[in-house]
Amino acid sequence: MSDHDYTPKSKVGKWFNDRLPLLTLANHLTEYPTPKNLNYWWTFGGILTFCLITQIITGLVLAMHYIAHADMAFDSVEHIMRDVNYGWLIRYIHANGASMFFLAVYIHIFRSLFYGSYKSPREIIWIIGIIIYLLMMAAAFMGYVLPWGQMSFWGATVITNLFSAIPLVGEGIVTWLWGGYSVDNPTLTRFFTLHYLIPFLILGLVVLHIWALHVPGNNNPVGIDIKKPSKDTVPFHPYIVIKDGFALLMFMIVFAFFVFYTPNILGHADNYIEADPLVTPAHIVPEWYLLPFYAILRSVPDKLLGVVAMLSAIFILAALPWLDTSKIRSAVFRPLYRQFYWILVADVLILGYVGAMPAEGLYLLIARVATAYYFLHFLVILPLLGLKEKTLPVPLSITEPVLGGSINFASAKNTERSNK
Amino acid sequence: MSEKKTNRRDFLFTATYAVGAVGVGATIWPMIDQMNPDASVKALASTEVDVSDVNPGKTITVLWRGKPVFIRRRTQDEIAEAKSVKLEDLKDPQKDEDRAKDPEWLVMLGVCTHLGCVPLDQKGDYNGWFCPCHGSHYDTSGRIRKGPAPTNMEIPKYEFVDSNTIKIG
Repeated sequence: MSDHDYTPKSKVGKWFNDRLPLLTLANHLTEYPTPKNLNYWWTFGGILTFCLITQIITGLVLAMHYIAHADMAFDSVEHIMRDVNYGWLIRYIHANGASMFFLAVYIHIFRSLFYGSYKSPREIIWIIGIIIYLLMMAAAFMGYVLPWGQMSFWGATVITNLFSAIPLVGEGIVTWLWGGYSVDNPTLTRFFTLHYLIPFLILGLVVLHIWALHVPGNNNPVGIDIKKPSKDTVPFHPYIVIKDGFALLMFMIVFAFFVFYTPNILGHADNYIEADPLVTPAHIVPEWYLLPFYAILRSVPDKLLGVVAMLSAIFILAALPWLDTSKIRSAVFRPLYRQFYWILVADVLILGYVGAMPAEGLYLLIARVATAYYFLHFLVILPLLGLKEKTLPVPLSITEPVLGGSINFASAKNTERSNK
Repeated sequence: MSEKKTNRRDFLFTATYAVGAVGVGATIWPMIDQMNPDASVKALASTEVDVSDVNPGKTITVLWRGKPVFIRRRTQDEIAEAKSVKLEDLKDPQKDEDRAKDPEWLVMLGVCTHLGCVPLDQKGDYNGWFCPCHGSHYDTSGRIRKGPAPTNMEIPKYEFVDSNTIKIG
């Protein structure tokens, strides 16, 4: 990249930059050549950074008032809600912020799936992203335990018991995780510690994620390799900064709607009842963003295999760059993949829906079919599709079709129309 | 090509790695073991329960080691039902006699063996317990009959101190 031969104009700047090249870094981030055809689905990286920072800041403030003790945690959260100045606001931002974070990350992931952003040479970016996603789930789960309500307690019991499915050592691991014979005060204090730690791990991984991104540069809706910098790119600042900023504002409107108008709709009323180890709530469900995986867990009638299926559903994503055999990145030029993509989106939404319903009768049947299809998509459809699919001609550059000079793109559109 | 000989340096490397590995292990172990239950947790071993006002058909739930224990005084119908089940119909075959020393009293951990929820009394397809979390059905002996749970509900160590008192643990 050509921006690395940057020299600061001022003498002081040059003196500093020779010793610590922060100004070179700043210049790289400003001038970073970005494909000029990025659409609004590409703004969610910036939105996610905002979400992470929001969670860290509100979390720090909450930790000043929260007490991590089984006897006091529930009351301290109520204290935050009722007594602490603006405590209600900070807690509602933090609680809904988790949901907004996942909303954004799911859009970000499905953007990658549609435009093939996980493919060579971006596999490492993708895998770091999956690790971030896993850490997000761990942080969200442990954070949900901290208010020590009924859903906190029983959610913690069910999820930690997943480890008891491991043959021989499972029970020992669960006791070790709990620090006792059930979820109790030792469990709460260690969850608080880890919940505090994980966001900073995520922050570190986000730096690596962006670093890895800046090596090949962004993918784009057309999914072709482009020359950088060239007529196909614009500098990150001001073009992308403004676009990201506008999208962030729109996102914050949605965020604020939840915080100010319906702050509890994404939670469960049972979590306003203090934890009781003698009574399990009649209908126990995780937060909405974990429901598809919960549905997969419940759809398998065997304990160990259920856990294996649930974890595989997540880890299979890490193998995606190798499961998808197609050389064409963007679904724009893959007429069949595009249809299977939308079926997968529907499949995940269905899994989420049945995950919230009782595991019986028709719901269970639907969950089983949807689980089977989920794995079928990644293990059978994607590998075969790459070999069989007749893809549409891809333009040679981004500029070509925009300037109307591309025969390629026009013919692609025509073929597409005639295929319908 | 000269054959590779073991010399003093190889020995020193191996010895250093070995001692280093022991040192790392000895440093990490306390960090891991601190998370295990300590002696004060383990000491809360037994609980005595007065069962004098538990009539047939009634279940009481007591807390033992942070977990609920069901003490059910079973009706004659329930006992007959539990005894009539054929062992080959069971996922985790166990005779009712082995689960309830005194057939009238069933004392067991009220913890679903799937993922640890507390099953609901007198629910489910087998008139025993039903776990609301993931739909496991248990019979009147607390044995798993249907659903994802792998084993029967656990029977803790217990004894009758006298006719009205059960000591768990």
